[in-house]
Amino acid sequence: MSEARDFKYVGQRSIRPDGFDKVTGRANYGADLSLPGMIWGKILRSPHAHAKLTKLDTSKAEAHPGVMAVATYKDFPSVSHEAFQAGEGATDLLDLARNILADDKVLYDGHAICAVAARSEAIAEEALALIEVEYELLPPVMDVRDAMKPEAPLLHADMFTQGLAEAPSTPSNIATRMELKKGDIEAGFAEADIIVEREFYTPTVHQGYIEPHACTVRYADEGTSMVWCCTQGHFDVRASTAKLLKMDLSKLKVIASEIGGGFGAKTTVYLEPVALILSRKSGRPVKMVMDRPEVFRGSGPGSATRNWIKVGAKKDGTFTAMQARLCYEAGAFKGSPMGPGCMTVFTPYDIENAYVEGYDVVVNKPKVAAYRAPGAPQAEFAAEMVINDIADKLGMDPIEIRLKNAAKEGTQTLYGPKLRPVGFIECLEAVKNSEQYKTALKDHQGRGVAAGFWFNIGGQSSVSINMNPDGTATLVEGSPDIGGSRASMQLMAAEELQIPAERITPIVADTEMLAYNGTTGGSRTTFATGMAVVEAAQDVIRQFKERAAAVWNITPDQVDYADGAAINTAGEGRLTVAEICAGAERTGGQISGRGNINARGAGPSFAVHLADVEVDPETGRTSVLRYTACQDAGKAIHPSYVEGQYQGGAAQGIGWALNEEYIYNKDGILENPGFLDYRIPLASDLPMIDTIIVEVPNSFHPFGVRGVGETGIVPPLAAVATAVGKAAGITVTELPLNPPRVYKAIQSK
Amino acid sequence: MNKVHVTTTVNGDETEFLCEPQDTLLDVLRNNLNLTGTKEGCGSGDCGACSVTVDGRLVCSCLVLAVEAEGKQVGTIEGVSERDHLHVIQEKFLEHAALQCGICTPGLIVSTKALLEENPNPTEEEARFWLAGNLCRCTGYDKIIRAVMDAATTMRGGA
Repeated sequence: MSEARDFKYVGQRSIRPDGFDKVTGRANYGADLSLPGMIWGKILRSPHAHAKLTKLDTSKAEAHPGVMAVATYKDFPSVSHEAFQAGEGATDLLDLARNILADDKVLYDGHAICAVAARSEAIAEEALALIEVEYELLPPVMDVRDAMKPEAPLLHADMFTQGLAEAPSTPSNIATRMELKKGDIEAGFAEADIIVEREFYTPTVHQGYIEPHACTVRYADEGTSMVWCCTQGHFDVRASTAKLLKMDLSKLKVIASEIGGGFGAKTTVYLEPVALILSRKSGRPVKMVMDRPEVFRGSGPGSATRNWIKVGAKKDGTFTAMQARLCYEAGAFKGSPMGPGCMTVFTPYDIENAYVEGYDVVVNKPKVAAYRAPGAPQAEFAAEMVINDIADKLGMDPIEIRLKNAAKEGTQTLYGPKLRPVGFIECLEAVKNSEQYKTALKDHQGRGVAAGFWFNIGGQSSVSINMNPDGTATLVEGSPDIGGSRASMQLMAAEELQIPAERITPIVADTEMLAYNGTTGGSRTTFATGMAVVEAAQDVIRQFKERAAAVWNITPDQVDYADGAAINTAGEGRLTVAEICAGAERTGGQISGRGNINARGAGPSFAVHLADVEVDPETGRTSVLRYTACQDAGKAIHPSYVEGQYQGGAAQGIGWALNEEYIYNKDGILENPGFLDYRIPLASDLPMIDTIIVEVPNSFHPFGVRGVGETGIVPPLAAVATAVGKAAGITVTELPLNPPRVYKAIQSK
Repeated sequence: MNKVHVTTTVNGDETEFLCEPQDTLLDVLRNNLNLTGTKEGCGSGDCGACSVTVDGRLVCSCLVLAVEAEGKQVGTIEGVSERDHLHVIQEKFLEHAALQCGICTPGLIVSTKALLEENPNPTEEEARFWLAGNLCRCTGYDKIIRAVMDAATTMRGGA
């Protein structure tokens, strides 16, 4: 990145370009498209947590006069265990198919079994009741600790633990074991003056986006099939769907609708392949929309975990050794975010000796999906709780102990690279100096501090900028805009092209209009797609110079470009963008720029959160009184939307700490699949959330951007739990800290 | 199937539709009248994404039967702005960046409008409790509440 650069557009709080449509109801989301002749698809879901399917007879449903197609697992072309890249990581094709429609076993309450398409949603629902299914019930296993036992009921007879020194001879619910180490863990603990170890439990939680999964599709025997859906990555919806249905990528067009929240969970497919099968069989366009209970029961939640942490420190607070054993529930199929959990758990600290082992374990719950910094909140919650306990036991300030051990430029991470410049110390200092940290607390109030780390990623982005004859521009990107990223793209293009932001219209194109774009996830969009925007803008500027040179009869290197105009450095003359574009017809045709990149050098982002709470000792209810979220953005392209990410991450983390959990009965049936009983934070539950944006630039990005979307959900769990523990005088090891749990802990003091 | 004929007024336009007796007002707005600005988040009255007004009263349209709209005045997000002229509440939502994904925004704007018609000078706490029926998962509500308070001030003719 160039030295302290003055920005004209970057850093402005502009009105987002898609805002008008979103405040007027004109923006079209996943469920908003209807097509002529369209019919409705619905899914029959398992009422059991674990069972063999001994009979599946759809004939009565097929005979219903309003029913036009039925789909079962048998409608997939043959699939086998095969890893392929889609969404936020490697996906197993067979697992994906069996999650979308069960094969011979159902593995969780809500597991999809078959689908019906009918003339109306009501008829489709009626027809589901005509499907005859018989189950041979199997005992469910609902907790990672139970599932790891050798005598546990097995979900998959063909799954053998990967990552063991010796290949196992018997199948297991443990899909994978991994370990990371550095230094000498035993020697590290031997050096310690104090050691704290503890196991923590975090529950299954849902991402809780307000928009249910939805799609409208049209299959074409000849020509191109179409999928309209709400997704974080339509190119990966295309990849997964085409792979499952054995279609050419060029014969499947996927259009990303506006997306009503995702937080990582809209990075896989549930409905789209099923809807296409129904459309193929019926010859009609098909719409499918999950209802809210289906979202909770049938789409990916975030992993429950049991994480054990042991930390040793000297009397002065220096950490000598850190050890973790992290056990993640994957849900019914392998692939929890245990890996990132292991890689992030101790990364905020510069330590000599560390040892981390992780387990990815299947249980009879829905297959987990990514959830904002997947895997990190659970692991770092446990580590930060232990660190706060050590600080208390040593009589140290929690920020001081972190400053003493903070990761910084040059720190060798446990997971691989040495850190380049990062803003962790700056975040700690900023929170230490915050107004909130200086205020006094009253009775029954408590304060918690916690840190968080997330890598952020780069990846593939493709952008084109089409200049219009009037000098305005259309910026065509392929990253679904989940939280205002079009505003950032617009500002970055404006900065590079030096033309007003409102003259640039950013759009999210479908899969036919651009080369492949990675999914919006990993906090990659403003970083990586932003880099592609800059590259495309530079391509445009190069052409501006060529065109101006042609007009002036000089060479392009004799043309400068500044303030939205080409300047003749060999003589007199200035041509504005509008003039160049108006004359493009005569200087070689219209102008468009392209940026196709695979971005490297994503900048990690650290955050520090501060929570003040009050606990009512008579009910165990917690009120969040005040909250500050501080994070390194690298460079905030649109500060309002950066703050919004910090606040949104904090709110989700507060919900995770205080209220949210999947509640299963003894048979493994989900008892709270709705927003009334799975209670996410309401406006009346939260205070204002203060934000502090730290900016330590990422040298790999032209404007210094790091990702900002995910890190903010990492610190709140421990910040809030620590505050509750102090306010109530209890030791916290399990989330959520709902009133019954806190009340019980107070009573048993 | 005996469909019911309903005559109602939606955003000032006299409107007729045929519906099943069990259809909700939300179903009819979205599927019969193509007014898809009103969103469905839960279908059980917990999320507020489907907020509309019926004779000025704020309701979840997923909990109202379409036949109940007979002879009533229904107000949806599509009727909040006048042509392309945004309502103050809409402007303030944009100025304060009070939306991220935007799916809850129509319901929140309809709900805020109903709040400010009933209570033009709400405290922050009153605004938070009024809007407690409108779930937003993206923002943490901070910027929403700021937008609502600013809109209230502006609508009262303040600074």
